[in-house]
Amino acid sequence: MNTVFDRPHALCDVVLHYCPGCTHGIIHRLVAECLDELGIEGKAIGIASVGCSVLTYNYFNCDMIQAAHGRAPAVATGAKRADPSNIVFTYQGDGDLAAIGTAETVHAAARGENITVIFVNNAIYGMTGGQMAPTSLPGQITQTSPYGRDTKTVGYPVKVCEMLSQVDGATYLERVAVNDVKNVKNAKRAIKKAFQNQIDGKGFSLVEVLSTCPTNWGLTPDKALKWLEDNMMPYYPLGVYKDKYAEEAK
Amino acid sequence: MSEKVLMKGNEAIAEAALMAGCRHYFGYPITPQTELTAYMAKRLPKMDGVFLQAESEIAAINMVIGVSAAGKRVMTSSSSPGISLKSEGLSYLAGCDLPAFVVNVQRGGPGLGGIQPSQSDYFQATRGAHGDYRTIVLAPDSVQEMVSLTVKGFDLADKYRMTSMLLADGTLGQMMEPVSLDVGEITKYDKPWAATGTKMERPKNIINSLSLIPEELESWNLTRYERYKIVEENEVMYEEYMMDDAEICIVSFGITARVSKNAINEARAKGIKVGMIRPITLWPFPKKVLCEAADKVKAFISVEMSMGQLIEDVELATRCKKPVLLCNRCGGVIPSPQNVMDSILEADKIGGEQ
Repeated sequence: MNTVFDRPHALCDVVLHYCPGCTHGIIHRLVAECLDELGIEGKAIGIASVGCSVLTYNYFNCDMIQAAHGRAPAVATGAKRADPSNIVFTYQGDGDLAAIGTAETVHAAARGENITVIFVNNAIYGMTGGQMAPTSLPGQITQTSPYGRDTKTVGYPVKVCEMLSQVDGATYLERVAVNDVKNVKNAKRAIKKAFQNQIDGKGFSLVEVLSTCPTNWGLTPDKALKWLEDNMMPYYPLGVYKDKYAEEAK
Repeated sequence: MSEKVLMKGNEAIAEAALMAGCRHYFGYPITPQTELTAYMAKRLPKMDGVFLQAESEIAAINMVIGVSAAGKRVMTSSSSPGISLKSEGLSYLAGCDLPAFVVNVQRGGPGLGGIQPSQSDYFQATRGAHGDYRTIVLAPDSVQEMVSLTVKGFDLADKYRMTSMLLADGTLGQMMEPVSLDVGEITKYDKPWAATGTKMERPKNIINSLSLIPEELESWNLTRYERYKIVEENEVMYEEYMMDDAEICIVSFGITARVSKNAINEARAKGIKVGMIRPITLWPFPKKVLCEAADKVKAFISVEMSMGQLIEDVELATRCKKPVLLCNRCGGVIPSPQNVMDSILEADKIGGEQ
C-alpha cells in the first residue's frame, strides 16, 4: 500500500501547543514539507523567535536556536556566517519581526544575508494575550487598543513586504495567506522558493504569511478565516513584492 | 623570550583573538575601542574570517550568539554604553550556556558619559543583566596582559561554556607598549552540543534559554551554578605586590593598579609598609587571599575609577574585618599617584589612633 499522506520527517511527532484553529500548525507543516522535499533537514538550523512561535524549537526536527525577541535575523546571520553551508531560517511573528526586531529585519535584508525568513502576520500579539501589534489594522480592537486602533494617536500598521521591497539587498519578498486550500498551496510554493533561493546562494528571502488568531480575535476558527479574508487581505494584498532574479531575467 | 612588538592595547586584543583562533568578529564603532574593530576589519577578510559591522550593538551580540551556537569561536567588543546594549545578549548567552568573548574598553558614565577612561562598569561587568548568571571578568593592567588574558578568555569561555569579558579601560585600550605575541598552545574543545546541522545522523540540538516549568528552570540554574563553583575554585587570578610585610593593602585592578604601584614604591621609600593585591579575575573575585590578608594588615584601600564599586567586593571578601578606605576619581579622571599617597597616609594613621 502506498502512503499518500504522512507527517513530514522535519516535523516532530509531538502535540503542538497552539490554540484550536490557529494557522501556525499549517505553516509549520508547510515549512517541514519544504525541508523534506528539498532534502535540507540535516543542514537546517531554525531560529525560533519570541511570541507564540517560541516553541518551534520543539516542533522542527532540525537543529534549533531560540533567539531573543526580535533578534532572530541577527542570530541567523551569525549561524549562517559561521558555516555558509548551513540552511538557516527564522520563524517570526509580527511583534517580533515588525516591532522590536525591525532594525534586525531591515539590515539583514540590506546586507542580503543568504537566509530564509518565515514571517507570520496575524495582526496581534498572541502569546501575551492579544495586544496591539505593529500590523494590527486601523480600528482593530485589542487589549491595548480597547477603543480600536486609532491611527491619529498610534499611527498605521507596518507593511513589511512593501517596506522591504525598497531595500536593494532583499532578493525575494512575497505575501501569502493560509485561509483556504488554494492559498495554502500557494504559500507552500512561496516558502519552497524562499528555501531554494538560499540553496542557490541568492540572498535574503522573506515570505509573509497572513495567519489567524481566533483566540485573541475573539472569533471561531471559521469566522477567523473569514475575518482574515475580509479585513487583512484588502489591507495586506497578496503577491510578489520583489523577485530580484525574476526581474533580472526579464 | 620571543621578539617584542610595539602595539596599541586595542589592536593587541584583536591580534591575540586571532591567535586564539577567533575568525568571527561582530562590532559597532564606539570610542575608545574602535581600533579593535578597525583591526579586525583589516585582518579577518584576509584570513577567510568574518568581519561584520552590525547595525547596532544589540545586533552584534546576537550575531555572536548565532556563531557561538554554531560551535565557532567568536567575539565582540564595545565601550560602556555599547555594553549596556549588549546586556540582553549576555543574559541569553548565559541562559543558553554559550561561550563568547566580549571586550569592554570602559569610558566614563552614566548615560553617554564621556570618552575618557573609567572603571565604572565594574558592577555591570561583575553583576550583569537579568537573571541568575555569572560572567568571567578579566582585568588586564598592561598591553601584554591584554594579549594573555584575551587568549585565556577564549579558553575559559569554551572550557566552561560561559561568557568571559575582558574589562579594560580607555587608557589601556589607547596606550602602546612592547608585547610578546608568543601565546603558547591553543586548546580546542569539542562542541557536540552545537547547532551544526543534524546531517540526519544524530538527534537535533536545541540552543535555548526558555523553560516554562519552574522546577526545570531551577534545575538548569542549579547545574549552571555547580559549574560556576568549579570556576571559583580553579580560575581565580590575582597578583600580590609587596604583601609579605604589608600593613596596608591596596586593592586595585587595571590602570589604577599601575598608578598604585608608583604610590606604593614612593610610600615604601618613606618607610610605610604598603602592598597591593591586584585582582586579575574580578569574577571569580580573589576572596580567599583578601580574607587572609585581613588578618595581617590594618587597613585596605580600594583604588578605583568609580564611585565605590570595587570597594563593596573588598568589604565582602574581608568581611569588614578591617577598615576599607576609598581612593577614587570618576567621570574619566585617573587618580594620580599623589591621590593614592594621600590615602596611604590616611590609612597609616589608623594604627596610631588605636
